[in-house]
Amino acid sequence: MDRFVFLTVDGLSRGAVYAAFALALVLIWRAARVVNFAQGAMAVAAAYVAYTVSTATGSYWLGFVVAIVAGLLLGALVDRVVMRHVDHASPLNPVIVALGLVLLIQAVLGMVYGSEFRPAEAPFSRSALTVGGVAVLSPYDLFVFATIGVVVSGLAWMFARTPVGLRMRAAAFAPEVSRLLGVNVGGMLTLGWALASGVGALAAMLVLPTELGLHPHAMDLVFVSAFTAAVVGGLDSPPGAVVGGLVVGLLLSYVSGYAGSDLTPLAVLVLLLAVLLVRPGGLFAPVAARRV
Amino acid sequence: MTTTDLLVVRGLVAGYGAAPVLRAIDLTVPAGTIAAVVGANGAGKTTLLRALSGMIRPASGQVLLAGEDLRGTPVEQLVRRGMAHVPEGRGVISELTVDENLRLGGLWRRDRADAGRALDEVYQLFEPLARRRRHLGHQLSGGERQMLALGRALVGRPRLLLLDEPSLGLAPRVVARTMALLRQLRDRTGLTVLLVEQNVRSALAVADQGVVMSLGRVVIAAPAAQLRDDVDLRHAYLGF
Repeated sequence: MDRFVFLTVDGLSRGAVYAAFALALVLIWRAARVVNFAQGAMAVAAAYVAYTVSTATGSYWLGFVVAIVAGLLLGALVDRVVMRHVDHASPLNPVIVALGLVLLIQAVLGMVYGSEFRPAEAPFSRSALTVGGVAVLSPYDLFVFATIGVVVSGLAWMFARTPVGLRMRAAAFAPEVSRLLGVNVGGMLTLGWALASGVGALAAMLVLPTELGLHPHAMDLVFVSAFTAAVVGGLDSPPGAVVGGLVVGLLLSYVSGYAGSDLTPLAVLVLLLAVLLVRPGGLFAPVAARRV
Repeated sequence: MTTTDLLVVRGLVAGYGAAPVLRAIDLTVPAGTIAAVVGANGAGKTTLLRALSGMIRPASGQVLLAGEDLRGTPVEQLVRRGMAHVPEGRGVISELTVDENLRLGGLWRRDRADAGRALDEVYQLFEPLARRRRHLGHQLSGGERQMLALGRALVGRPRLLLLDEPSLGLAPRVVARTMALLRQLRDRTGLTVLLVEQNVRSALAVADQGVVMSLGRVVIAAPAAQLRDDVDLRHAYLGF
């Protein structure tokens, strides 16, 4: 029982990170109809910037903020300099370009920082607090939950309730009509990329201390899990991404806890395959809206 | 041009790819009037509206709105110059609610208080929309979509309204109501309307000016009453 509680909490904690990362994928998918395969590499790049700042200044929090800002800027840059100029006539084009970006970013990081693991610092203790003799949550887990909770609800509020959120949704659903109504569609697209990449950078900052540390490939497996989470939830559904992230986190935690951690990468792929076979639109796929 | 001409088009050439659809269009719409552009399928009516609102870039020619040359103005800026374009099929965003669609029409405005007033006015004008504020665009009937598209344009308090086939797919009663509303808006608020229609009868019934297009050119621009009454003209160009 203790073990189950521990695995559940651990799974939810990892799942929260997958949820954020999946949400970032969904944001870009909805805005630009691109699955951003470069998101992991972009997030790692932002984390390296944070690492540089934190080592230079000795402040974790300064690095944390800088990582998110770097993520935002990198997202805007990738949109403006690269993705904007890719011909989207074939859906494969942006995918290939994104994979090219992965190679480019990882190569540059390797050249600048080398390919050894660098320690990723956690701002809070990662040892679990015990409640009634059962090890439950670490302060770091709480930090992860709180941060992602704030970011996810903040994004949900922004999209549902603010003028800029309305503009972003309109631009994504009907770019031509939106322009006629005075919406700067290109700007909304760039903002979408920036936000998604900022959320990705945040997810990287939260997950890296629980992994082996900073490395140009450090987010590769996280990306696969988050991509699975996004597909489980349906690429078009932000709530689906969050639920999908938690489901994948729990599944991986149980598999690694009860069956051995060697099996976790396999479990992700099995889940991905199963969802694609049974319900390719994802569990949260909305009923297709009638287009008129 | 005189100061009362809101829209002046001179020698407008535009199209898709190499072949121009519009061959040197000349057109003048005085402020506070309704002009109906009619003509057979493929005459270039929709293309004309798209060229006016910048959705396609004209190859040559001039478009003046209240004396200002619109050349090079990005599409999203035109609404700020006072031009509203309700596209063919009306462009209601299905995934957004009625209220969101309408608010979108006024988001660009600096004067937030007046944008709010304009929104209230539209709800008063279109009762059914007020009852369905929270419904999604795709849950509306054809007539309600029409109201929504028109209302969304009006929230921006345009000077010039470009309307593409507002009667398309609607019951005659709804068409009649729409046309009456256009006339009412013209009389009450001085709105200028450039209306593209297949439904020649209804369009000419409401319009001040009739513009007949054929194969990318304006062949007649005359008072609508004259087009309605001149049997020879109707037979020659309009087929009724």
